[in-house]
Amino acid sequence: MFYREAGEFKTSYVDDNQTFPIRFDRYRYYFVLFAAFLVIPFAVNDYWVNAVFMPFLIYSIAAIGLNILVGYCGQVSLGTGGFMAVGAYACYKLMTAMPEVNIFFHVLMAGGITAMVGMAFGLPSLRIKGFYLAVATLAAQFFLVWLFNKVPWFYNYSASGQISAPERTVFGIAVTGANTSAWASYMFCLVFVFICGILARNLTRGTQGRKWMAIRDMDIAAEIIGVDPLKSKLSAFAVSSFFIGVSGALFFSVYLGAVEVGEAFGITKSFLVLFMVIIGGLGSIFGSFAGAAFLVLLPVLLKNVLVGMLGWPTDLAAHLEFMIVGAMIIIFLIAEPHGLAQLWRVAKEKLRLWPFPH
Amino acid sequence: MKLKLISAAIAALVAASPAMADLTFSSLSYRTGPYAANGIPFADGYADYFTLLNERDGGIGGEQVNLVECETGYNTEKGVECFESTKGTGALVYQPLSTGITYQLIPKATADNIPMHTMGYGRTSAKNGKVFSHIFNYPANYWDGASVAIKHLLDINDGDISGKKVALVYHNSAYGKEPIRTLEELSKKHGYDLTLLPVDHPGQEQKSQWLQIRRERPDYVIMYGWGVMNQVAIQEAVNIRFPMENFIGIWWSGSENDVKPAGEAANGYKSLTFHNVGSDYPVYEDIQEFVVDEGKAAGAGDQIGTVLYNRGLYAAMLAAEAAKTAQQIHGTSAITPAMMRDGMEKLEMTEGKMTALGMPNFGPSFNVSCENHGGDGYAAVLQWDAKAGEWNMITDYMQADQDVLTPLIDDDSESYAKENNLTPGCN
Repeated sequence: MFYREAGEFKTSYVDDNQTFPIRFDRYRYYFVLFAAFLVIPFAVNDYWVNAVFMPFLIYSIAAIGLNILVGYCGQVSLGTGGFMAVGAYACYKLMTAMPEVNIFFHVLMAGGITAMVGMAFGLPSLRIKGFYLAVATLAAQFFLVWLFNKVPWFYNYSASGQISAPERTVFGIAVTGANTSAWASYMFCLVFVFICGILARNLTRGTQGRKWMAIRDMDIAAEIIGVDPLKSKLSAFAVSSFFIGVSGALFFSVYLGAVEVGEAFGITKSFLVLFMVIIGGLGSIFGSFAGAAFLVLLPVLLKNVLVGMLGWPTDLAAHLEFMIVGAMIIIFLIAEPHGLAQLWRVAKEKLRLWPFPH
Repeated sequence: MKLKLISAAIAALVAASPAMADLTFSSLSYRTGPYAANGIPFADGYADYFTLLNERDGGIGGEQVNLVECETGYNTEKGVECFESTKGTGALVYQPLSTGITYQLIPKATADNIPMHTMGYGRTSAKNGKVFSHIFNYPANYWDGASVAIKHLLDINDGDISGKKVALVYHNSAYGKEPIRTLEELSKKHGYDLTLLPVDHPGQEQKSQWLQIRRERPDYVIMYGWGVMNQVAIQEAVNIRFPMENFIGIWWSGSENDVKPAGEAANGYKSLTFHNVGSDYPVYEDIQEFVVDEGKAAGAGDQIGTVLYNRGLYAAMLAAEAAKTAQQIHGTSAITPAMMRDGMEKLEMTEGKMTALGMPNFGPSFNVSCENHGGDGYAAVLQWDAKAGEWNMITDYMQADQDVLTPLIDDDSESYAKENNLTPGCN
């Protein structure tokens, strides 16, 4: 009815190659952008931004990054937490060493530094695959956390080992530090999510993405048809780490304001992002957003329902929350092993045929 | 998307519920996770004291107390979520019982004009109220703890510990790292050797640290641990037959839950405290009558009289007294967080006041002022009697070495002021 190719005539290659070739889909995308950029900033308060939107946006970037590596290139990584820590500490060092440079560029540079670190830890992927690679990246996770705890230079020799973000502004409006308004930090993150989303989408549907997918599907076959495994794998590690570094930098500077590496970027963070990617759907940008939304919002929702509305004791609610989220993950993976993105794909197929399914 | 909409609707409902006319106190507690064993008694004590005030006195100054509890799991992200969600209810004071969350909330709470009380934890230099206008850490802080532990070692060694080896086993986080600088300064003064042994969160794996202790044979071990780390450390110390009387924990490493798993062998373990222990106080009769017998005890009600329960009780009592002070200063019973801050800054705890509350000699008497948000730094040493299953106070309250600590506090708070472009001062 609404969602179909029929009746849309494309007269140029540009039209034919656009991200959302179906009109309904395109309008939906414009609508989401409109709401995100022009409605939500005017409607949010501190609670909404700090408890819901900011974690969602930041984890989305991390999930997109990991999805490029795991979903598109097929290289399993358990080092996400460590790479986020690299982004956070790089951002902190840059912020304190060069206060005159805009925070926007610091976040990008933090991503760049993380990309280099990611490539270094990606080197073993040329020799080992699958579970063995997962173990190698696990080493990165533990090494990086240990490093940031051990070497005081990274936290500017502060007594507590904590890093805390000083106030930085964009166009004269504070986006980090204590005196930020909710909309400002939201917009700052949103801009990064927007850029990262477009970048990731276009990378993955272009030559580079096809190379990654060729490596994922069968690396020997890919090599025979002329894909260089060295370049493809390392570029996947670099791009993935760039995104994860950006998310780590935002996580520290804009969202939490002060972090402690062991607590904020531990192994649980690596698993959390990996679960987001798996539940959202491997090899799908939409899936990264869906997975992040699922794992960030569901606990907040459950807590608000159980404690806020039903008035249950907080400990009972917290335990139930683990059980419910765990059960939902299992149910989802049994009912739809390809994640939330696949549900969305199936829904779109059904919409194309509706109201005359065959 | 649908999920988001539903959550939006529900969270809006929750967030939109209007602030009550009562005095709201928030309890960022943790009854789950690796720190729950220590989080539960504190949260129970904190809640029970406010229940007692409501039931017995009709609240504080005629205003009922509304306690909003929020589960953080000792996790900083959840802590931020809790802070934001309870902020809207008009919570008067925050006590997150986590140094990590405290660091996070120091700038946020200050910007929102809400006071925070980090009793015996948090950022030590918050004692300097000229820089940390909204943060209070009376009656004692981490550096006081470190100094008192060293003082105790001096006492039992006739004032000379030069050449002795002291090991610090600490939680590898902001919390555990806090005393390092103090212990280093003190080692310059008293001439002992300091070995640092970090234990990573959550602290279930400490074999290598205790192997090192077994090899290097330090004379004394000081521990800054929390949660499951305490129980494991004490068990490991028992396993390597480390003499328990040479093992001293900070006040967060000295509750019944920490020593009981090691059984009889934990006998003689020492820990610090800045308030009295046991349940031999008139206030406990009231708690029994108005809270427990009415079936209104928080949690399972099985923690009453434990060390951390007492600490929760003490924290709640100090908060309630500060609220009363604020009510007097501002001449209104419905105080705001900003008024609460003034009350905390003018708080005077005297022996007479504590006796009137049914808690005679429960904690030190001290006065808070703008220059000093941290009290006077008195602490005492407890020793665990495994047979009787109780803690005994073996020393008097000792004051921390203020000559060493004051310059450190000034130094650290100054660097915070510089980082954040604050002009220190009292208004």
